[in-house]
Amino acid sequence: MRIEFRNLDKCYGSVRANDKISLTLQSGTIQGLLGENGAGKTTLMKILSGYTRADGGEVLLDGTAVTFASPAQAIAHGIGMLHQDPMDVPALSVLDNFMLGAGRGLAQQRKRSAAQLTELSRQFGFALDPDATAGSLSVGERQQLELVRLLALGVQVVVLDEPTTGISEPQKLLLFAALRKLAEQGLTVIFVSHKLAEVEALCSRAVVLRTGRVVGEVQAPFSSDQLVMMMFGQCFSRGGRPAAPLGDEVLQLDDIAVHTHQLSVEHISLGVRAGEVIGLAGLEGSGQRLLMQACAGIRRVGSGRITLAGQDMTHEPYHRYLQERVAFVPAARLEEGMIAGLQIREHVALAKGNGHLFVRWDEAEAGARRLIDEFRVVGQPTTRVQELSGGNQQRTLLGLLPEHLRLLLLEHPTRGLDVESSRWIWQRLLARRADGTAILFTSTDLDELVDHSDRIVVFSGGAMSRPVSAADVTCEQLGYLIGGRHA
Amino acid sequence: MKARSPALQVLLGVAPILLTLVAATAILLVAGANPLAAFGQIISGAFESPRKLADVAMAMVPLLLCAAGMLVTFAAGLWNIGVEGQVVAGALATTWVALRLNAPAAVLLPLTVLAGMAGGALWGLLIGLIRTKGKVNEIFAGLGLNYVSMALTNYLIFGPWKPPDGATMSGTDPFPRAAWMPVIGTSRASLPAILLAVAGIVVIWWLLRDSQWGLRLKAVGQNENAAYRLGIRTSREIVLAFMVCGMLAGLAGSLQTTAVYRRLIPSISGGYGYMAQLVVLLSGLRAQAVPLVVLFFAAIQVGSPRLELRMYLDSSLGGVLQAGTVLFFLLVRGLRQRLSKE
Ligand SMILES: Nc1ncnc2c1ncn2[C@@H]1O[C@H](COP(=O)(O)OP(=O)(O)OP(=O)(O)O)[C@@H](O)[C@H]1O
Ligand SMILES: [Mg+2]
Repeated sequence: MRIEFRNLDKCYGSVRANDKISLTLQSGTIQGLLGENGAGKTTLMKILSGYTRADGGEVLLDGTAVTFASPAQAIAHGIGMLHQDPMDVPALSVLDNFMLGAGRGLAQQRKRSAAQLTELSRQFGFALDPDATAGSLSVGERQQLELVRLLALGVQVVVLDEPTTGISEPQKLLLFAALRKLAEQGLTVIFVSHKLAEVEALCSRAVVLRTGRVVGEVQAPFSSDQLVMMMFGQCFSRGGRPAAPLGDEVLQLDDIAVHTHQLSVEHISLGVRAGEVIGLAGLEGSGQRLLMQACAGIRRVGSGRITLAGQDMTHEPYHRYLQERVAFVPAARLEEGMIAGLQIREHVALAKGNGHLFVRWDEAEAGARRLIDEFRVVGQPTTRVQELSGGNQQRTLLGLLPEHLRLLLLEHPTRGLDVESSRWIWQRLLARRADGTAILFTSTDLDELVDHSDRIVVFSGGAMSRPVSAADVTCEQLGYLIGGRHA
Repeated sequence: MKARSPALQVLLGVAPILLTLVAATAILLVAGANPLAAFGQIISGAFESPRKLADVAMAMVPLLLCAAGMLVTFAAGLWNIGVEGQVVAGALATTWVALRLNAPAAVLLPLTVLAGMAGGALWGLLIGLIRTKGKVNEIFAGLGLNYVSMALTNYLIFGPWKPPDGATMSGTDPFPRAAWMPVIGTSRASLPAILLAVAGIVVIWWLLRDSQWGLRLKAVGQNENAAYRLGIRTSREIVLAFMVCGMLAGLAGSLQTTAVYRRLIPSISGGYGYMAQLVVLLSGLRAQAVPLVVLFFAAIQVGSPRLELRMYLDSSLGGVLQAGTVLFFLLVRGLRQRLSKE
């Protein structure tokens, strides 16, 4: 299906998220959609897939103008969108989720749907268990589920909004193979991403947005420099990583074990020194998250000992960890990190204003302005956090971190950030080492792990490898380690 | 989002009341009554004389206090169905003090007020603990405790606190004079009660808007999990919210006994706790709007018995008006949200 945008406009208050966008996307291709944080990519895709309406302009499908009042209508016209955060119903089974939106769910249809699910999964090499609950799947699997669900509904256009953040390398390759297959079958695939390498590997054409406008359209083969130039108006050199002296041991884990219904993490021993950065690699759901939560005091450990700067913290409550200046930045930004419905300045007031009876709104406002300036957030002090673009939410979250931390735990710290922002955020994070902050972070991006860690540990099936020095390991070797093989 | 025209805003604002009036008119026409006359009766029944005005003011007192309390629990995202029981608990604690203690009014009255607040707060604490420690939804906890409070009242009236010449449905003996809230002249309006109610709503409005506590409550209400991660002790805030609400509801119950009935009667809460839920919903959880809505509810409450006396209509039409407005308000709000989503 050929998609044309003509003069699309969309404003949020004073922000022009989309500014007279005109574009034509041919069918049977994989189109890349690039742009820095807040460029308007998600907005454009949400208009296309019926999640919001444009203020002006039109969308044409194979030459006929359409407007959608809901995602369901867009799907009926053959347009489906995969959101960055999966939008399934966690409590329902995979099969139930698969059947959602497919109309009546009669018993006989159930059988047919089950067969269809198996067939589609087989076609793309997905291993989806129809009876598992969606909540027990990894992000990558939930994405696979969402994709086959849309395909079963007969969509002709698949929009993927930053689909590769938070999924593992093998899952990514599987997804790319599936997308190529779909393009061969004549579907239109729109791929929104910040990762140039992925766009280069996958897309036949790329469109670059900046401040709501189309600033470039290029055909493969791409040149990274050219894309970066279009996205930011300048090129960046990949700065080296300044060394920082290591201090005393800050965190000491002695034979930690954490158990959940799905996974047991056992025999974790690790010492982390002040100013040290440790990368936690591994497939999603291999135990990194559990360990991070244990170190943050959010999850009880089954056995073993956690020592922070010489104090036994094993059975201390969460707020004691906060007092000891431990901070945790979770991957699920709007579920665990920030409070949807509250403004940026209210977050600032909550984060900084403890001990006072009354909120000092002028201070909160000033603090929010400082955060916005310093972290280059596109927003106002009174912007509610759910109205920020994905990358701007991440910046805000990082901007809210207290100063002078002892231990900083980060899940996917640059998730959803564009190249330039990631570079800049890491600069800020690494600057905290001078303060003696130790950093533990998880990532699925091998470059990120190798570039920023002092040491890397690899998780697989709940077991943690011995730490390897990041200086001695290449991305390829790391990839093998994560796959459970030795280099 | 396009800015909607002010005219549309105003229209959406008054639409619930208009819709309710239309619906009520239809009901009255079906019942064969003159709608205009009926509405006129309600209005004159509420406002025609100083005496009626005093009744309206006194009906506003418990509504304002309960609504102020519920603003707190709603801010924390809690459905405090248990207000009714908290009102009763306040009344019981007050009665205990009033019947037990022998003291001059200057001592006894403040004590009754404090006892009422403490009783309500205790009831709130109970609901809060059941919710946070027992992980029981606050709706069930509150509802269950409402029945307990009713049973407790009846037990006390027909047991330990029964009048010497035998228990009746009319309640305990009147309190000693020292436990009567003073009234203005010969009217039924009690100035201290009215002032306490006004103070209650104003303080809550202010705290919710400007205090760190109010902000924490809001955070808990929007996302308990994330609020916890940000370092807010969510369980403590939830229990505290129930207690503050209970304190205000308990004060309402206390004033019902010392300023209105001057004794404990079996249905001391008079359903004000439930009605306050409607008030808060209709005010859109905004403290500024509460007094106006309370006035509306109290006027209907005081005015609608007239329907029965003068027009032989059932006075429950008043309840229909109250509930109908809330229903239409919620419908219009849903419509509004749909409109503003685009
Ligand atoms: N619901 C909303 N309310 C208010 N402003 C919004 C809303 N959604 C998006 N915006 C604003 O519109 C602009 C474009 O946002 P959009 O989400 O399209 O960016 P994006 O290109 O997807 O960025 P990112 O890479 O960070 O996800 C941003 O400045 C954002 O703050
Ligand atoms: Mg986006």
